[in-house]
Amino acid sequence: MSQQTALLQYTLHLADDALILGHRNSEWTGHGPILEQDIALSNIALDLIGQARNFYQYAATLQNQADPAAAVTEDHLAYLRDAWDFRNSLLVEQANGDWARTILRQFFFSAYQFYLYERLQYSKDAKLAAIGEKSYKEVVYHLRWSSEWVIRLGDGTEESHTRMESALSALWKFTGELFLPVGYEQLLAREGIGGDLVTLQPKWMEKVQEVFAEAGLKTGEGLWMQTGGKEGRHTEELGYILAEMQFLQRAYPGCEW
Amino acid sequence: MSENQWPLWEVFIRSKQGLDHKHAGSLHAADAQMAIENARDVYTRRMEGVSIWVVESKYVHASNPDESASFYDPANDKVYRHPTFYDLPDELKHM
Repeated sequence: MSQQTALLQYTLHLADDALILGHRNSEWTGHGPILEQDIALSNIALDLIGQARNFYQYAATLQNQADPAAAVTEDHLAYLRDAWDFRNSLLVEQANGDWARTILRQFFFSAYQFYLYERLQYSKDAKLAAIGEKSYKEVVYHLRWSSEWVIRLGDGTEESHTRMESALSALWKFTGELFLPVGYEQLLAREGIGGDLVTLQPKWMEKVQEVFAEAGLKTGEGLWMQTGGKEGRHTEELGYILAEMQFLQRAYPGCEW
Repeated sequence: MSENQWPLWEVFIRSKQGLDHKHAGSLHAADAQMAIENARDVYTRRMEGVSIWVVESKYVHASNPDESASFYDPANDKVYRHPTFYDLPDELKHM
């Protein structure tokens, strides 16, 4: 794999992660448990979709350099690729479930993004560094918001604690993939362009354990981890997301409003 | 208000350094920390603020509208309380 190919794959991976989780969160808009939290989660959804746009725009530039004949835009990449082309982690495509599951998914992912973007700001690729720097500030808040919710629910009532435990047993198996580098990640980590996931993992685990200790929750250590999303092998969830998200562009190609 | 509802908080936002905090509105939150975060998400989405204060609404004591006649009307005919009775020299501008 050439570095240029790896960079495109990596940028798409970062974009897809942000877009799919942003879309999942946006499913809560108008359905939040209380108006203020409906707005809070919708804001996070918008932050993530904004990050996705920045990455897709860069990915489109990279792809057009490699293949000028088949010019694409950010919209092509978001709306016209199929499930096996998506490079997002399995965690972000998992269903919202109840509020506890949505919160825990956000917490796991924000903690991951926090350490990844912290590193990405110093990427040798100037564009990724710039997006990383801009997005980092947003993620700091996402992590703060979701950490407090994990503590509030984990250390709340018997009901909220039970729901957090059930969210944990549903989602823990998707956290391993975040730190298991695939080909394009390994190559770019060596070049100082992408984050080195192997060094990020202990920091992430420390953060999760710190928050879990306060929330009265336990990490599920040593369990089998599900993988494949970053190379296009997804759970059935992704197909349903794309069916809804891409419907308009598929039914009315080029439609704008 | 139902028992399960979070308490109400009043939100005050300072829009710029050096200006006063102004009442922006109210919202529900479980505790002060959440109230500040909710205020951030609800009232500063369009760069409206640089500082947030919240206070639980039950701690705000207000004057009674039924007493407004005795409270405010007596000030109506006391124009001498306004600083408008001084003769100012013509040279003085911007007063």
